[in-house]
Amino acid sequence: MSDVLHLKYTVCDDDFTRAGEASSDVKKRLKQLAIPPEIIRKVSIALYEGEINMVIHANGGSIDVFITEEEIKLVLADKGPGIPDINKAMEAGYSTAPDNIRTLGFGAGMGLPNMKKNSDDMQIDTTINVGTTVTMIIRL
Amino acid sequence: MLTINTIISCKDFTLITPVPNPDREISKPFCCDLLSIAMGKACENACWVTVMANVNTLAVATLTDVSCIILAEGAQFDEATLQKAITEEIVVFTTPLPVFDAALKVHESAD
Repeated sequence: MSDVLHLKYTVCDDDFTRAGEASSDVKKRLKQLAIPPEIIRKVSIALYEGEINMVIHANGGSIDVFITEEEIKLVLADKGPGIPDINKAMEAGYSTAPDNIRTLGFGAGMGLPNMKKNSDDMQIDTTINVGTTVTMIIRL
Repeated sequence: MLTINTIISCKDFTLITPVPNPDREISKPFCCDLLSIAMGKACENACWVTVMANVNTLAVATLTDVSCIILAEGAQFDEATLQKAITEEIVVFTTPLPVFDAALKVHESAD
């Protein structure tokens, strides 16, 4: 079994000034590990979208990144309101982001579709009023 | 060939940050104000033209590895965001031009 590098981050509630910090740090670490640029881009996009989703919809949460020789696994867990209709949420262009979020440039309804597009495998476990965990795998 | 230097020499654009690498290549102009779309579509080394002047613009620019940002329509970063751009070594220009006109100007500047 190969070694696992584990990175852990906390995403703050409603703090758009810090959103993207985890993604930027992971990107730097992956560069140091000489991971191919196309993989770094996929991880960066998937993680940033997830990070923003946690800030917009879920009062923040935690991010765990597991890096092995075979894959990069991203686990984003929150204690937010849950996703009532996952199929609807996965539709490009569908968004429940409030107007104040849209004025910041978010709410295009591309978050989850971008996450799915940039990962080789994505799983969403969600329970209303309990929280959501999104697990994404990008294979190396 | 289009580089950061090309944009610096264009009188329509005002440079508001230091430039770590003036010879950095620009692949093409890219216009978008919706950050999730920019995140997914902006290609590496693009010159990103937008009116969206907030701190999240910087996060997207960093993660997509664009060569520079042009804030169009007179959009401006606040002081804290500008300082962050400088710290993160992101090259930023401003222009009163509309987004399309600014992107066209970049395109036409290529040798």
